[in-house]
Amino acid sequence: MIEIRNLTKTFSISAEDGAPASFDALKNVSLTVGDGDIFGIIGMSGAGKSTLVRCINMLERPTEGQVLIDGVDIGTLTPARLRAVRREITMIFQGFNLLMQRTCLANVTFPLELSGMKRSEARKKARELLEIVGLPDKAKSYPAQLSGGQQQRVAIARALATNPKVLLCDEATSALDPNTTHAILELIRKINRELGITVIIITHQMSVVEEVCSHVAILDAGQVVEMGEVSSVFSNPQSDAARRLVYPDANGSGSGENERSAGIAAAARAGERVLRVVFNGSHTTDKPFITQMAIDTGIAANILYASTRCLGECVFGDMLLGIPDTPQALDTVRSYFAKDGDIIIEEIGEVDDRA
Amino acid sequence: MLDRMFSAEAVEQALWILRNEFPMAIWETVYVTVLATLFAIVLGLPLGVLLVAGEKNGVLPLPKPIMSVLNVVINLLRSVPFLILMILLIPLTRLIVGTSVGTVASIVPLVIAAFPFVARLVESSLREINPNIIEAAQSMGASPMQIICRVMLPESVPSLISNATIAITTVLGYSAMSGIVGGGGLGQIAINYGYYRYRYLVMLIAVILLIVIVQIFQSAGTFLAVRLDKRIKKK
Repeated sequence: MIEIRNLTKTFSISAEDGAPASFDALKNVSLTVGDGDIFGIIGMSGAGKSTLVRCINMLERPTEGQVLIDGVDIGTLTPARLRAVRREITMIFQGFNLLMQRTCLANVTFPLELSGMKRSEARKKARELLEIVGLPDKAKSYPAQLSGGQQQRVAIARALATNPKVLLCDEATSALDPNTTHAILELIRKINRELGITVIIITHQMSVVEEVCSHVAILDAGQVVEMGEVSSVFSNPQSDAARRLVYPDANGSGSGENERSAGIAAAARAGERVLRVVFNGSHTTDKPFITQMAIDTGIAANILYASTRCLGECVFGDMLLGIPDTPQALDTVRSYFAKDGDIIIEEIGEVDDRA
Repeated sequence: MLDRMFSAEAVEQALWILRNEFPMAIWETVYVTVLATLFAIVLGLPLGVLLVAGEKNGVLPLPKPIMSVLNVVINLLRSVPFLILMILLIPLTRLIVGTSVGTVASIVPLVIAAFPFVARLVESSLREINPNIIEAAQSMGASPMQIICRVMLPESVPSLISNATIAITTVLGYSAMSGIVGGGGLGQIAINYGYYRYRYLVMLIAVILLIVIVQIFQSAGTFLAVRLDKRIKKK
């Protein structure tokens, strides 16, 4: 079990005028990762994700707070003891970070050499691991000869070499295309299930957390703003940061968002008014909502744009509808949607006025 | 001047020198250069490693005063022109070799001049390494020495070979200069015949031979560096 207690990391930065300044990358972060979990830590760039994961194996020394692994505060260990612990908490990276001058096999044997294992034994183990990650034929290849996905597989094999208890993934799929990402996540899930290794995944991609994680913590400006099981956090996001992540297209507050809406609105047919319908966790998956509205009210809505996603039973996202430009049509639609409390409705004209 | 340079008499004399003195001179030049470069690497490689590893954010941080002294000494030695350094080092050479003239004696100032240069070259090679790879090794529980010997040095082999080539060609140039203070080799022939006795043809031949040797070192170095670079895709 990994317990992070009140972790704070402050970087001192020298400002342009030379005055010393500091920046809190992490503020009082506490979280607990249970054995066998796949724990996602998600946040925007600069939220402190990478710093947090580097504090877990002390690549980055926290300014305050503790990291306890199975009850041991690893911040207090001697360098030699810490190196031993690091063999139990291995890591994979966005940039793979393989040794480019070594063959794949030699990359996998590398951590074993560090721990003093015999060469023949290490090679045997490395071959088995390359088998597990699906690259038994690449033992003699050099990393430069492999694709990104293959390099990450080698990196995973290398991370597994020392029989770790925990695998830290620092944006491990961010440099990969969607198909490869999926394959790597499958592999991580397999490792978690078959080898019982706890996995901590750092990512900015919602899809990664949705796909494999059992638990998630949302990090925003160095603080954990929400934490829990993936289904409960994502189906009912409480914080602003969580909402931004869960349905980035909705509630567009940026001007770019409005411009996009305006662009689509311009594409609407003459004599239509454009309404934006925001699904903010509404329970509408079980009914054909827009069609039902058309039948119930007799108003034929023209769907100009839609971006929705289902999380559990709920729908998040937004939609732009073209409605016949008559006052009663507008009122009818408004009152129809008003029946569902989780649907927000706004006219694109209003958006333009604000902008 | 040209017709005097290529007169029958001059050509005949040059051919005589070519047969009788050049083989020895070439041998002297090559062994002085290779030996001096090797000694310079023995001293310069660890220093270059310290320059990178000993930094504040390096893998083996050293106290700041040590790093400052290291840098100042290297810069001082690098600033003294080789000709002056040779003269300044005469007492040291006499102490080590027993004499301050001759081919073997010229190795001492060559090493002293070359090792700070080698240290800087090693430093620049090691700085090319992706710091994330070092971080990855740390995350696997590598000790500072393991990182230096198993990550930093092996990963920068192609660059180290390229820079060793630069070092050896530079030392070759310096070794030719040592002809002035009695060091042997092609430099001595060029100075003795060309400068002191106006035998320009002999000097020309010596210079051409130096160019050929530089070419050979450079080609071999480039070939090795490319051959050992596993970052280049080869199917």
